[in-house]
Amino acid sequence: MTIAPSSSPFAHGTSSVTKVMLRVIYALLPAIAACVWFFGWGVIVNILIAVTTALLCEALILKLRQRPIMPYLLDGSALLTAVLLAVALPPLSPWWLTVLGVGFAIIIAKHLYGGLGYNPFNPAMVGYVVLLISFPREMSSWLSPQILSDYSLNFAATITATLNGQLPNELQLDALTMATPLDTLKSQLRLDHSISETVSSHPIFGLLGGKGWEWINGALLLGGLWLIYKRVITWHIPAAVIGTVAAIAALFYLYDAETYASPLIHTFSGATIMGAFFIATDPVTASATLRGRLLYGAGIGLLTYIIRTWGGYPDGFAFAVLLMNMVAPTIDHYYQPRVFGHKRK
Amino acid sequence: MKRRRLWKFHGGVHLPQQKTISTTMPVHAAQLPKRLVLPLHQHIGASAKAVVEVGDNVLKGELIAHASGYVSAPIHAPSSGTVVAIADHPIPHPSGLHAPCIVIETDGEERWVEARPYDDYLHMDPSHLRNLVREAGIVGLGGAGFPSYIKLNPGADKVIDTLILNGAECEPFITCDDMLMREQPEQIVEGLHILQHALRAKRCIIALEDNKPEAYTALSAAVAKSERCNIIEIVQIPTIFPAGGEKQLIKVLTGKEVPHDGLPLHIGLVIQNVATCAAIHRAINLGQPLISRYVTITGGGVSQPRNLEVLIGTPIQELLEQCGALDIEPQRLIMGGPMMGIAVHTSSAPIIKTSNCVIAATDDDLPSPQPVMPCIRCGACADACPALLLPQQLYWYARAKNLERIQEINLFDCIECGCCSHVCPSHIPLVQYFRFAKTEIWSQEREKERADLARQRHDSRLERIEREKAERAARLQKKKQALKERSAGDSSKKAAIAAAVKRAQEKKARQQTKEPSANEEDSSQ
Ligand code: SF4
Ligand code: SF4
Repeated sequence: MTIAPSSSPFAHGTSSVTKVMLRVIYALLPAIAACVWFFGWGVIVNILIAVTTALLCEALILKLRQRPIMPYLLDGSALLTAVLLAVALPPLSPWWLTVLGVGFAIIIAKHLYGGLGYNPFNPAMVGYVVLLISFPREMSSWLSPQILSDYSLNFAATITATLNGQLPNELQLDALTMATPLDTLKSQLRLDHSISETVSSHPIFGLLGGKGWEWINGALLLGGLWLIYKRVITWHIPAAVIGTVAAIAALFYLYDAETYASPLIHTFSGATIMGAFFIATDPVTASATLRGRLLYGAGIGLLTYIIRTWGGYPDGFAFAVLLMNMVAPTIDHYYQPRVFGHKRK
Repeated sequence: MKRRRLWKFHGGVHLPQQKTISTTMPVHAAQLPKRLVLPLHQHIGASAKAVVEVGDNVLKGELIAHASGYVSAPIHAPSSGTVVAIADHPIPHPSGLHAPCIVIETDGEERWVEARPYDDYLHMDPSHLRNLVREAGIVGLGGAGFPSYIKLNPGADKVIDTLILNGAECEPFITCDDMLMREQPEQIVEGLHILQHALRAKRCIIALEDNKPEAYTALSAAVAKSERCNIIEIVQIPTIFPAGGEKQLIKVLTGKEVPHDGLPLHIGLVIQNVATCAAIHRAINLGQPLISRYVTITGGGVSQPRNLEVLIGTPIQELLEQCGALDIEPQRLIMGGPMMGIAVHTSSAPIIKTSNCVIAATDDDLPSPQPVMPCIRCGACADACPALLLPQQLYWYARAKNLERIQEINLFDCIECGCCSHVCPSHIPLVQYFRFAKTEIWSQEREKERADLARQRHDSRLERIEREKAERAARLQKKKQALKERSAGDSSKKAAIAAAVKRAQEKKARQQTKEPSANEEDSSQ
């Protein structure tokens, strides 16, 4: 098909893929800062490793696919995938974990499906799930903010720890790590400890959810709202995800507060906020119509709750996103908006 | 006066206005060009037919081409002079086509044709008014170029609730309607009276975007002076592109949506552009056909961007020179606005009835588009689409050439406003794909029609052959029948002869053997 070189519109907006992607990264900055505050430099090291890996993989594949390298490398999409995954990984993860996850995300989940705009699954989540299934132990050893405050690790020590697993002062990594709040809840429930017991007795829980986590989530919420304000995303998906998770959690919580965690814990402890604003809104893999986005978000919320509560994993967000990615094209097919001047069907 | 409730339409984009650059100077008549080039096709519908020949002398306002059909418009000589050619000439058209034009060499005398005797329109029958509008060659001056008299012909059973004058002028750069409203508000209000009378409209609204306060003041003063000011309302609407689109403006003013397969008329509305309205005033009250219009000449390519009153047929080049065309080669020459205008391939192309603006655009005005990236399905296009379409899906099917599905998701409701392309972060020329798909579908339909016609012809030919064969067979059959009958007749004669012969022989035999025969009789007993 040949397109006439110059036909209207002649005026173009200033938006670009790079700008969109960069804005999402900016919106993550407060949360990254909070992460450093509570969990140390690990997240920064993760990001450095992830970004390097992502850009190298992207360049390599573009070269193999004989695509122009620079425009795609600068579009920011690989960068964003890397940052998202790096933030989702436990700080002090061994370097190879990050490299594997990001490599898989970029090479398999993104480029094998055709690259930018064509991947049906969210690359960062594919990378995350692959790691979660293959390396469950590494993926669940989160640092504890409490313990960490006793042994503050400086940047250099963090790098050493990431690269060869060596901690200063004969420290063992195991001594620093601890399960995530949702993880803790799950295992305590198995031990027949009620929720209120766990939450009040366990040092990991704070005001709204997990200690530290609540602040990070607050920062994520801030960034997410800024994205809506900047019209990078619309409110539909975040509202539907959080609304659904909170609503279902509230129902069960009212039914039995001792076996079902409160909506606050569900919202502020796991990946709910990060996922709702930053992962589920990934345009490429989400539903594109406004009403479709509501359904899509609600689906993610529902699946997340189900997996968290009855499934084998403490947090089901990544799985929920991938499952709904599969449904998104179908939703778009059936959820056509009413066209101007047409009657609502 | 109470503030009128306004509605919103979905989507749209806020654009840098770039209008003030061309509103600093008052409007003057452009210099009379040496040559006027008048395309026979300057409107929607059938081309006009030339009624002059090369060598004819024409007077200003004289009919030089008449309308050929219901949807068509006549053309008049914009100035006196001599017809020097009726031939193909570049016209402002997206394809860069050459098309038949009447070329007049002006004599500089501006001699008018004899004016039509003046008559008060209030005593005129609406049908007579319509005819005058038609004869004046008036078409929609807002850009579409639809013959205006048709909109004045709503049919006896239709009640026109509101007549809307569109002065929104929502595209950046264009200011010709703005300047007309500022400088000639009386003409517009006069025209409005005529339209209201012809349509028997209950109410009138003049709508303009709120970025034209001067025009609003001027119009308000003019309306206040008119005797029917109680039914005329001037409404300022928020500035957002494409608020001046017919359907969008109606939505903003009334909250109603024009049905996708209908006209404003079907919901009791008629909408005309303000410049068209002023032209109608000049046609009815002054007896002048449509031979000139306000045109904005703007962009970084001219040193004095401004509005001029331009004779239809004036080559663009002359206007650029009068506005101080700069030496720098403008990157593009655009007729109309930057969102929905067309690229003009040569400055020798003329101003036509629908030309509201010429932009000599430099790279600063309208930077060339950035490289196209893949669609990231961000939905920005859908958020911006005033027709509530899903441009990204349309694009998908246009690329896949799935012409069936693309019609199912309402390609033909796309008004080609360009909002989707404008906001796309991947810089995909979406509208170009939609135009391509539309053209493709039209050509397929034509192809199909042609094929159908051919098949019909083929079928009827076969049928004819069949029929002829059948007829021939029938004739043959008849002949055979006739022959048979004749031969059947022959054989009965023969039989009769044979029978007679037989009888004779028998008689003879009986006479010879009387006894035996009697014996036979006996024996038979
Ligand atoms: S705006 Fe462009 S990139 Fe975004 S969905 Fe529409 S076509 Fe795709
Ligand atoms: S050009 Fe068509 S699809 Fe694009 S925004 Fe305008 S009406 Fe919608």
